[in-house]
Amino acid sequence: MNYTFHWYQAFQALPELLWGALVTVEVAVLSMVIGIACGVLLALGRNSKNKLLYGASTAWVEGARNTPALFQIYMAYFGLGSLGVFVDSFPALLIGISFNNAGYLAETFRGGLRAVPATQMRAARSLGMSAPMAFRLIVLPQLFRTVFHPMMNQMVWAILMTSLGVIVGVNTDLAGVTQELNVRTFRTFEYFAMAAAIYYLITKLVTLSARGIAVRLFRY
Amino acid sequence: MEGSDFGLQELLLMLVGAGVTLQITFYAVLGGTLMGLVFGVVRAAAPWWINWPLGGILDVFRSVPLLIQLVLVNSFKSILNLNVSAFAVSCVVLALYTSSYCSEIVRAGVQAVPQTTRRAARSLGLTYWQDLREIVFPIALRVSLPSWIGLTLGVMKDSALVWWIGVVELLRTSQVIITRIQEPLLVLSVCGLIYFVLSYPISRLGARLESKWRDLD
Repeated sequence: MNYTFHWYQAFQALPELLWGALVTVEVAVLSMVIGIACGVLLALGRNSKNKLLYGASTAWVEGARNTPALFQIYMAYFGLGSLGVFVDSFPALLIGISFNNAGYLAETFRGGLRAVPATQMRAARSLGMSAPMAFRLIVLPQLFRTVFHPMMNQMVWAILMTSLGVIVGVNTDLAGVTQELNVRTFRTFEYFAMAAAIYYLITKLVTLSARGIAVRLFRY
Repeated sequence: MEGSDFGLQELLLMLVGAGVTLQITFYAVLGGTLMGLVFGVVRAAAPWWINWPLGGILDVFRSVPLLIQLVLVNSFKSILNLNVSAFAVSCVVLALYTSSYCSEIVRAGVQAVPQTTRRAARSLGLTYWQDLREIVFPIALRVSLPSWIGLTLGVMKDSALVWWIGVVELLRTSQVIITRIQEPLLVLSVCGLIYFVLSYPISRLGARLESKWRDLD
């Protein structure tokens, strides 16, 4: 082995990498918020009787689930440009991941809606609750319980997917910062090993806190 | 299409790229499934001092972005001065990645077989391996196959990342063609369509199997 590792140099870049990690988490959270909002609408669209709504939401969901996430980011970055909408690499990344999240979450929500028996709603109504009240107090808590774990899984996926931004030129998130440092110094292995460790810690933090939240929320 | 430079030659190039995608997927899923079977069966049965370290190592492959894994292994290969192609590196990384998910699927399948069924098999005189082969495997397969199909499709989609370390597959081919004929939307649509055609029928099949077997229980 004809190679000397320069770990010290890599450790000196730790603050930069951690700032990148913050951006990664921000993008992931933002894409989840957009993804949940779109996912709920898509789930409703998939259940609707309106042909157009059903068709459009099915196309979105199946498109998101049957093509690579990187392809979806490419579509936002290169594809939208042909339509005259020029997006920078960062919004392209956000659009791509949100599109993907929405597609997967829509199916999660649809499954969740099916898991709450229709009799629950009827029982609540016959006890005198108004429809919105019954939805908020009876259906939503039960729905949340079934979709919580898949949602947290999707959150981890979103964090991992943000690393694809570097391919379309995002240089502020963790993978992007790492790549910048790599190009500057050619210490590929050291920097990417550091990045891998940080990604690991972030995803572990998310899964562990999700487990903690689940224990508190769903204890009865 | 009129006035477009996208012709038969470009389409053929993309189909060749799709072939590379499928090849990588095949090797990765083959290796990953074999490893995943072993890891999964071990994880379902082993004592905690084997289970925890093995589970921890496999968990790393699920917690670090695939792109980072690819770059890491590829650069480590260069550090060791190994003369291995980027194609082989991609297959190995993707196989490990697959095995990590597959081991969880196999474990869930094995654990879905009730202990009493296995004890009954053993008390009827079946050996450990016979029990595994004749009793556990058929029951676990029903639980695991739909997820395994999903995993295979996931690996095919994730294999799009390997161009970053220099393997020319479907997505990379599309990018090369875009650079040449400057019609990104058209080329990407064709590329997406190819992925969709490869993935959608099999995903439908998986969903069908899942609901069919659920109804049987």
